[in-house]
Amino acid sequence: MSVSARAAGLAVEMVGIEKSFGAVRANRGADLAVRAGEIHALVGENGAGKSTLMRVLAGLYRPDAGVVRVNGRDVTGWTTAQAIAAGVAMVHQHFMLVPTLTVAENVVLGREFTKGPVLDLGRARRAVAELAAETGLAVPPDARVGELSVGEAQRCEILKTLFRGARTLVLDEPTAVLSPPEVQDLWRVLRRLRDGGGTVILITHKLDEVMEISDAVTVMREGATVARFATAATTPAELARAMVGRDVALAAEAAAAAPAPAGGGGALEVRDLVVRGGRGGVAVDGVSFAIAAGEIVGVAGVEGNGQTELVEAIAGLRPVASGSIRLGGRELSALGPRERAAAGLSHIPEDRHARGLVLDFSVADNLILGLQDRYARRGVLDRERIGRNAREKIHGFDIRPPDAALPARALSGGNQQKIVIAREMGRDFSALLAAQPTRGVDVGAIEFIHAELRRARDAGKAILLVSADLDEIFALSDRIAVLYRGRIVALLPRRQADKEIVGEYMTGAGRGAA
Amino acid sequence: MIVLGFLLQTVRIAVPFLFAAVGGVLSERSGLVALGLEGFMLGGAFGAVIGDFYGGGAWGGIAAGVVVGVALAALYALCVVRFRADQVIVGIAINLLVIGATRFFLLLAFDSASNSPRVAGFGEAGRGLLSSLGNPLLWLGILAVPLTAWLVHRTPFGLRLRAVGEHPEAAESLGIRVPRVRTLAVLLSGALAALGGVYLALEQHQFSDQMTAGRGFIALAAVIFGRWDPARAGVACLLFAAAETLEIQLQTVSVVPSQFVAMIPYVLTIVALAGVVGRAVPPAALGKTATVAD
Repeated sequence: MSVSARAAGLAVEMVGIEKSFGAVRANRGADLAVRAGEIHALVGENGAGKSTLMRVLAGLYRPDAGVVRVNGRDVTGWTTAQAIAAGVAMVHQHFMLVPTLTVAENVVLGREFTKGPVLDLGRARRAVAELAAETGLAVPPDARVGELSVGEAQRCEILKTLFRGARTLVLDEPTAVLSPPEVQDLWRVLRRLRDGGGTVILITHKLDEVMEISDAVTVMREGATVARFATAATTPAELARAMVGRDVALAAEAAAAAPAPAGGGGALEVRDLVVRGGRGGVAVDGVSFAIAAGEIVGVAGVEGNGQTELVEAIAGLRPVASGSIRLGGRELSALGPRERAAAGLSHIPEDRHARGLVLDFSVADNLILGLQDRYARRGVLDRERIGRNAREKIHGFDIRPPDAALPARALSGGNQQKIVIAREMGRDFSALLAAQPTRGVDVGAIEFIHAELRRARDAGKAILLVSADLDEIFALSDRIAVLYRGRIVALLPRRQADKEIVGEYMTGAGRGAA
Repeated sequence: MIVLGFLLQTVRIAVPFLFAAVGGVLSERSGLVALGLEGFMLGGAFGAVIGDFYGGGAWGGIAAGVVVGVALAALYALCVVRFRADQVIVGIAINLLVIGATRFFLLLAFDSASNSPRVAGFGEAGRGLLSSLGNPLLWLGILAVPLTAWLVHRTPFGLRLRAVGEHPEAAESLGIRVPRVRTLAVLLSGALAALGGVYLALEQHQFSDQMTAGRGFIALAAVIFGRWDPARAGVACLLFAAAETLEIQLQTVSVVPSQFVAMIPYVLTIVALAGVVGRAVPPAALGKTATVAD
């Protein structure tokens, strides 16, 4: 294959890549062939080994076995510096930007312009401005990266790679943090790069993106490459089947099954809520809404518009500056998180590592976090009941591998999330805060989590769903609220909302209609 | 004249703080906790006396002191960069090691448990405050602040240093060799802090047991007080030195018990750290072990 492949003008060719981390085999014989001048989607569930494979390509990991060729040259086991020099660069999911430095400083870092022994930042600024004009990546060169929006930070990250002469650009789930108009901007930039002869590898698990932007697709499952298609010759259903290894109900199809909300008063009522943000500003600015029993209200919005603060304030993790939070008529705002939970409030936190799990604790212990008093007798943990609870939850929520003694750290992201979901939804509650419930979770687990959320809704729970994924909001919500700069700028019944309208509100552009 | 004397005395006292503090800024901006400053200073002071005594004169003392400081810094770098040991523990260990080692070599070289014989140093002892102005280290200590500020804020090395201390993974992904930048920063901090010790020893024309007396820790407080910025850390050093000068001058006035007056610099340090500076935001990667493979 390799000889003919070289002749076909492959920008990247990876054959039989193996990479293990301790007992975990992240890549087991993965292959990838990307033609020069194409946009190539690399899809697969979380934990399928996409990011690992790309980190091998970018020189961050050295493969245990296999061959990496770039433009026909064997570069197996090269370093990041060598990869950059050869024009291969990666835009990571978690940006590799120094928040305290400016855009221009970040762009030139490691390749600084100098005047004698001194940095020439004026030249750096000009270079950034030129490159920005050339590619359409608009970023203010003197802004501190920590103060940029996520979309701007991403553009800065791409600029940085282009400044280093990148011709092959790897993007790791670039749209996870963007609003729909920003996604369209990104596509424009990527097409421009491709049309200029550049090669783009796009890691994603969103199939509509694959169909929209890519020229070819490689599908990975469990560390190996399972299929390769020309995008024009495949369908989302075929891709989903290849990713999961079985048929999957895609979100858009399942949405049709959503029943009308049951009647009844507001189970969870928030009135004139004001919450301060981390830097003293107002993050939630007079938000009011009521969620009925048996209703899902989805909160859409670009990240950083107050979603985190809203959820944390309702959960009791962040002080309320003013306003009220009522659950079944009872005022919660003076209560601590534990009392709120006891009052019937469940919370799936947006960051499962920071708030949802203690990674070094076992699955069984994570399943009773916050409930430990109910699993103790006279101050001593009742191991037998904890074990029974773990077995039930592992079975009921399909947590894999089914081993209660494993530390949560050893599980994949999707299964870690199932632990959180099993704990928060597997007990008595009347209202649920679900923040980014499927972030970083594979397609199979998403399907499962969505089904659980719908089941809870049908069982009469009031659910506040916050998600950066618009598809998810549309698939689950009965009503959709759009949060922009800490205010609800729109609150629409699902039937009256479509992605374009919501997308406009998300950028603050739809204000006239509010 | 009293004011001028006060100022001159303040500067004289500030010099060791200035050296150690700018060294501390370099180390901490690279992400490595500068708990070893005290040890680097004490080692530098001892090295200075050895170098001076065994025929090097003041300049030989400076050279020997810097060598000792750099060697100790290299040991620190080896432990925390190469072997990724805990920075706090290694820092404390180095301080304790230096106290013991200087005592041992003091006994070995000069047959004394408390102090070395007199060495030449700069100028004549007892010729008053103005003689300090002839000490080149005084001027170098003052110059070290703008020089370090220039290094941190204006040079490519400084940019990389700041990047490495804030987000080492990002720096590494751009091909910057994080361990190397950190090692260089620590070696520089060792040399600078040692110069602070050298200055002390040559001013007093001798080495005495534990003569740095916590100055490395006060310098570290100045680093934090100055929010990891060389110029602001320098101002903090002057402030602490002014407090110490005040202490010395008030000791002759027996209105307040001298023990209370002696507390002034330390109380000021605690007050400064507790809140006057507001919330200090340290370099994000400070003190984190093994963030980046070498």
